[in-house]
Parts: sequence; C-alpha cells; structure tokens
Amino acid sequence: MKIRANLLIGGILFATVVVAGLLAPLLAHTDPVMDANLMYAEEPPGAEFWFGTDAQGRDIYSRVLHGARISLTVGIVSQLINTIIGVCLGLSAGYWGGWWDDFVSGLTNLMLAIPSLIFALAIMAILNPGLTSLLIALGLTNWSFTCRLARASTLSLKSQGYVQAAKVLGYSDIRIMLTQLLPNMLGPIIVIGTLGMGGAVLAEASLSFLGLGIRPPYPSWGSMLSDARDQITTAPWISIFPGLAIFVTVLGLNLLGDGLRDILDPQSRTRRI
Amino acid sequence: MYGVTIMAEAMLDTILKVEDLAVHFPVGGRLFGGGHKVVHAVDGVDLELKRGECLGLVGESGCGKSTLALSILGLQAPTRGRIIIDGQPISGDAKDRMDRARMTQMVFQDPYSSLNPRQTVRTTLEAPLRLHGITTKSEIDDRIADMLRRVGLRPDVAKRYPHEFSGGQRQRIGIARALILKPQIVILDEPVSALDVSIRAQIINLLLELKETFGLSYIMISHDLGVVEHMSDRVAVMYLGRIVESGGWETIFSSPGHPYTRVLIEAIPDPFRNRQGNKITGEIPNPLNPPAGCGFNPRCPEARDLCRVPPGPDLKEVGTDHFVRCCRNNELPAWEPHAS
Amino acid sequence: MSAPPLLEVRDLQISLAVGNTLFHAVENVSLTIEKGETLGLVGESGCGKSITALALIGLLRPPLIITGGEIRFDGRDIRALPSREMRKLRGNRISMIFQEPMTALNPLSPVGRQIAEMFVLHRGATWNEAEKLAIEALARVRVPAPDRRVKDYPHQMSGGMRQRVMIAIALACSPDLLLADEPTTALDVTVQAEILDLIRELSSAQGTAVLMISHDLGLIANMCRRVGVMYAGHIVEERAAEDIFRSPSHPYTNGLVASLPLLGARARHGRKRLQEIEGVVPPVSAFPNGCRFNPRCHMATEICRTEEPGATMLERGGLVRCHHHG
Repeated sequence: MKIRANLLIGGILFATVVVAGLLAPLLAHTDPVMDANLMYAEEPPGAEFWFGTDAQGRDIYSRVLHGARISLTVGIVSQLINTIIGVCLGLSAGYWGGWWDDFVSGLTNLMLAIPSLIFALAIMAILNPGLTSLLIALGLTNWSFTCRLARASTLSLKSQGYVQAAKVLGYSDIRIMLTQLLPNMLGPIIVIGTLGMGGAVLAEASLSFLGLGIRPPYPSWGSMLSDARDQITTAPWISIFPGLAIFVTVLGLNLLGDGLRDILDPQSRTRRI
Repeated sequence: MYGVTIMAEAMLDTILKVEDLAVHFPVGGRLFGGGHKVVHAVDGVDLELKRGECLGLVGESGCGKSTLALSILGLQAPTRGRIIIDGQPISGDAKDRMDRARMTQMVFQDPYSSLNPRQTVRTTLEAPLRLHGITTKSEIDDRIADMLRRVGLRPDVAKRYPHEFSGGQRQRIGIARALILKPQIVILDEPVSALDVSIRAQIINLLLELKETFGLSYIMISHDLGVVEHMSDRVAVMYLGRIVESGGWETIFSSPGHPYTRVLIEAIPDPFRNRQGNKITGEIPNPLNPPAGCGFNPRCPEARDLCRVPPGPDLKEVGTDHFVRCCRNNELPAWEPHAS
Repeated sequence: MSAPPLLEVRDLQISLAVGNTLFHAVENVSLTIEKGETLGLVGESGCGKSITALALIGLLRPPLIITGGEIRFDGRDIRALPSREMRKLRGNRISMIFQEPMTALNPLSPVGRQIAEMFVLHRGATWNEAEKLAIEALARVRVPAPDRRVKDYPHQMSGGMRQRVMIAIALACSPDLLLADEPTTALDVTVQAEILDLIRELSSAQGTAVLMISHDLGLIANMCRRVGVMYAGHIVEERAAEDIFRSPSHPYTNGLVASLPLLGARARHGRKRLQEIEGVVPPVSAFPNGCRFNPRCHMATEICRTEEPGATMLERGGLVRCHHHG
C-alpha cells in the first residue's frame, strides 16, 4: 500500500502543476508581465487577487501559473538533455571499455567533484541570461549520475546470453546498444530522471533567485522569490506562493520517482513460486 | 572477398577447420607496466568438424572449451591461428559478422538469461531475419511459424514474452533463434545443464532430430559425459587449453588413451556401483601457472619423471582417427569400461 | 528392545503462506534414518527436498512453515523445539552443507576461524585450543598445508577447497547427522568425485548418518544405501539403491531412469531415442489434484486424477505411491 501512495500522490501533484502550466493562459486572471497597476501594490490575498499582489501590483496567482510553464520547461528539457548525454556516455563506456571507458569515467569523476550548481552558475555568467542559456547550463552539468548508472547497468547486462546472441546473429554494436541494452536499463534511468527534474526545478529557482537565471519581469518562481526579498516581513504572501509552488512541484516529482522505482524494480515483479 | 584456397578432396567433407588456434589473455596491471602474465586460455588447438557430425567438447573449468567456442563464433579474437568455415578462412572483421552469422550460431546454456525479456518471441525471431535482408511480411511470418513448429511450440506463442515460458520452452525458443538464419554449424553450450532433469530428454531428442532434418553440424560443449556419449559422433577432450585426446565416441568411451579421459569417465558416479573408486587427486590447475611439461602431470595417476620435462607431449595418432597427447602412450595399462 | 532410529520423520507437512492461502509445498513426507546410515533424496527443482532438509535442522523461515507432522531426533521431538535448544543441536549433533560454498562461508572471516568457532561454541574450547583443532580438521578434509591455509579467506580458495572447508565445519563436532544439499552440483566432475569420496569416508569413520540431496539420480544411487524419490512435495518411491535403477516402480522414477543417457548404454544398445516425460514440473501454486504426477503420466486413469495414492509396501523395505505401480 505504501508503494501506491507514493505514486498516487506524486502523480497527482505533478499532474496538477503540469495542467496549471499548460492551461496558464486560460486559468490566469491577468497578463503576468504587462498587467501591473501600482494602485494595487502589495495587496494581501483576497477575492480579486487570490494570491495577492506584489510590489509592482501584479497578480501573483497569474504569475505563479505562468511561472509553472518556465519551471516545467526547464525541469523537463534540461533533464532530458542530461539523460541523453549520460546514457550515451555511460552505455558506450560500459560496452566498449578500454580507453574510452577510462576517459568517460575520469570525466564523470571530475563532474561529480564539482558542485553542479556552481558549474551552472559559471556557464550562466558567460552566456547571456535567458531560458535557452539556462537549459544549456543545467543540461550540461547534471549528467554524471545517469552516466554512472547507465555504465553499471551496461556492465551487468553485457554478459547476458541475449546480448551475446545478438552479436552472433550479426547485430552491429550500435544496434545492440539501442535494442538489447537500452530497453533493459530504462527503469532506474527513468527514476533518476524524475528525481533529476525536481533538482532542475530547484536549480532554476536558485539561479533565478541569484539573478543569473530568468530575469525579471518574466515570472520565474525563483525570480519572484528574489523580488520578494525586501517584503518578506511586510508582505509575506509574495514569497509564500512561489515558494509553495516550488515545494509542491519538487515534492511531487520526488514522490513520483520513488513510486516509479518501486514498480520498475524487477525484484518486486511476480515471482515464480 | 576471401582468397580462394585450393581444397584437397578430403576437405570437401569438412565444414569447419581450426588450425593452431591460440587465445592468450594478458593479466596484470596496465598502469605500472611489469608483471605481465599471460593466460593461455586456448593453447594451439587443431580441430576438424565434418558436415553433419556432432563433435563433443569435454573438459572442466579453465580448459578453454568456452573460449574456443567463442573464437569460432567470432566473439573472441584469436591471438594466433586460422578458422576456416566451409573452405573459406574467416577473419575477425566487423563486416564478417553478417556472413558469419549465417554460417555459425549458438545455443546458450542458461535459458533464463538468453532471451531478451523486453522482446516478444516474434521480435526475437523477426529481427535477425530483417537484419539479413528478409523483409516481406509473409515470408517472415512463414519462417517464424515453421521454426516454432519444428522446435515443438505452437506458432501462436510468438506474441508472448519470455517470462511466460518454462525453462524447457525457453530453451526451445533459443534453439529456434539459433536456427532461424539456417546456419550450418551450431555450437551447443551445455544445452541441457540448466534444465530440469525430467525434460532434458525432450531437448536432447529435439536437437538430434533437427540435426538430421537440417543437416546441421554441432559442436557440443558439455560436462555431462552421458549426454556427450549419447549425442556425439566424435569427442575431443581438453585440458589447460589443449586437446589431449580426440577420436570417435566409441573409441573414447570404451578404450580411452589419455589418463585424464580415463579419470573423467571414472569420476562419474556409477549407479550400479561396479566401478572402483576415484584415483585423481589435487585441484584443477590455475591457467596462470601451468605445470612444466605435460599440463596434467601433477594430478596424473600415471605420471613419471619424463612427464615433467618441457615442452610436453604432442598429439599422436594411436589408432584410426584416435589421437592422444601423452608421453607414455604405449605404456599405459589396459582400461576396463564400467560394467552394469 | 531396539534403539529408536536416529531420525524419524512422520507425515511432515510444510506450507508456503501467500496472502491468506497456504500452499502445501511438502506433504505426507515420512522417512527414517538409522545411526550411520546414508539416505538419499532425489528430485527436481520445486519438489521440496531442500525445504525438507531445512525443516529438519530448524532453518525454515516464513513464509515457509511446518504445518503438520512429527520430527523425532534420537527419540526426541524437535519439531517445536525453542530456538535456544535447536541452536545447541545445530552444528553439534545435526549439521548441514550447502551447494554454494561461496555464499555459505563468511567472506570476511578466515576459514580457520570459522572452523574454530564450532569448537568454541559447542565444546567450550578456548580460541587457542580451537585453532589447533581447526588445523586438524583441515587436514582431515585433505587440504594441503593446513597450517598455512587456516589463515586464508574463502575468496582465496578454489570451489573444491571451499567445499572441503564447509565439510570441515560441518563435521568438526562429529555430528550424528549430516544434511548435504547438492554439495557437489557447482563443482567440476573430478572435484565432485573427490568430495563425494571424502564425505563417504569421513561419515563412515565418525559414524555419521548422512541425508544426501541431489537431482542426480546416478550420484544418489552410488552414494546411498536407500533412495527416496520426491516429486511435487511427495515421496513417490523409496527403495534400496540397487533396486531403484534396475527396477523402478513409480512411473516418474521409471521415466527419469529411461530418459537419462547413461554411460555405456549406447555402446550396448545403440543410440535409442530417449524416452521423454511430457509436460513440466508443476509450480507449488498449481499442484494437480489426485496424484500430482498424473498430467504427465502415460498410465494415468480416472482414479489418478481424483485420489491421492497411498503408500504400498514393496520388497526389501521399499515403498511406492501409485495406483498403478509396476
């Protein structure tokens, strides 16, 4: 029962955020960037402004909804890039071994030794801040775990009879990696991917908070938090709602990842008695 | 393109010829040089497989039979020697892989890890056909259905996944996969060892039938001498990377010439308890540190001083198609096959 | 009055608890072993031979539980023995060796210490005394240079060596009963022969009774005086070893014997097509009604599908469970 709870709750939370992001233009009450009316600055949550307004008089509810789009895009796309890089490097390193494996392992160790956020920060400092740069920075710095995982899975699967059979049947190396090895290691990689998305959302929030991610006035949850720094005591709702959104998204992804791991773990499959 | 070799009359019957094959593995640290040891997994093997025959390859752990099989299949590059299939020498190149796949195939030991758990039976059988140029749906369907029937399965099982089958059925699927490209040589690696005892007969009978039907030639690796005696036409015994005895099945089992072969046969527990006890002592040798002279000498019940002198004996013909590698060929006492 | 047999098992039932259902993995199993006797138990995967042995030595864990029957060791009921008492017996009077020595030995402890533990635990020896006894034990199982090898770790030894160590541990305190579960299946043929010789010699020298478990009928017939054949949780036939191959009574045993290619058979009768046993071994969750072998038996009739056969006594203390035994 514990297993299903993870999956269910995580799934619901994540789905809610996705739907919110997708339908943001429909669900939002105002334009998140343009509709700023200083007359309504720093209004507490009420009937008209569900989450209140910020210092520029913008509706926080609408901004949080639109912020979901940015956070999810960053989370999903950057993790996708990470996964592709990690799988390509790890699979090939495990399969071919030799100097390529030595090189990839060395590179992975290097990447693991550098805190990924600092690395992303450095990249962002070089590139112009913006969504594309953010995707590149986050996509290039968080592939090490996936790589390690892919490599370990490859090493253990390589010796299975069906992989050798494929070689004997004339399959090329690439075909073997894609059709025989990859499908059999997807489980753990998907799990790491989901957890990684949560990490990417947090990373985006951190970078935007520091002013190196999405720049105002675009409604990234991180930059919303950054803007609200001065009003934490006077108008706490400006920080609370974006913060809550981050929390719900990352929690949902983590629970989803846990739940997926429990299902996809082959040991929990039906056993022959 | 392969070079054309002039074949002697006798070779027309030979489907596989292995000449002085050696596979050496370096062992030891790369980073700091020095201390390079070499394992002679296969140490100069000559072998001939005739069309339609089953050659039993016998030996214990570390004797090199698996490495030899892998070399023949192209999964292990040899350090030295030639492999000639159907008159044409095979190199290890990647482009050879496809040609080789149509000539040599393998049935694996463990039915539980030899099928891709994420592919249906159909995909497992269809993919190799497509890879080798057979792409019309009707032809693919026919070949798959035909092959499944021949291995004793109903064609409608094609849509199922491996975990839905028992060990014996999985092994049948493995056999179907090995034969789907219509190879000429099939290497059987302990084909029944991992199966329940009561279904081994089914698979043994099936393999023999298929050999007749398709005119296949088998190299069968097995530690079960009963199965080897039943299935093989000729037998080769390996020890420490070399063939120490080879000959027809009857000769090997009724008058084995090499002390190791004798010891192997005597080691099988006799259910009728007529044979005298086991005479061998000592451990299986470490291939990193082979004994000087004849590799078997430390454990041989018939060893004398000359057996320890390097470089060790050559394979000599002691009868029609009977070869033995032993210094004391002519002096060994007669041997009694077990009665029952 | 004659002494009771060393081990007496009557109508043992071991069940597998899955959710709310109990599957009877072993049912109605009775056997006796006299002092110093060697009894063999033969069967394929899933027949229940291994869990029977585990039940005898008190190592059965949920979801497997003993749900019926009696186990008497030296006249004493040990089925419901509290674990403290069972531990005094285990290793001391009843010992067990397993198929995979690498997983049965502690990889982090030198082999000498693992043997010495037996003497410290059960004989009250000091560690110094125990180490000397351990070296002697290694010599008894014919490990060369025992005083040096006593410090080795399991991974530094070959498979055959490790199995010898396991035998040394098991026989250290001269137990009355040794349970050997597929002790040679993972070993090469020549090493197997040596290990079997060793077990035979040592048990005979110490007067240890042996319950030998294997899927290899030839091995069992060679090693044991009497043989029990198990199928799907039942003992279907029990005979003297000489009789089981020459004149098997149960269709399953018959099928097994006829399906195995025996050395020398082809030389004598030419290559005959091996007799096949149809079908597959049923899983515990789906044991057939009536005689559990009936779906695969060419002699099955209506009664076989509905009624479980009782035991019929045969000559020389043999026994068979079949409605149509030969």
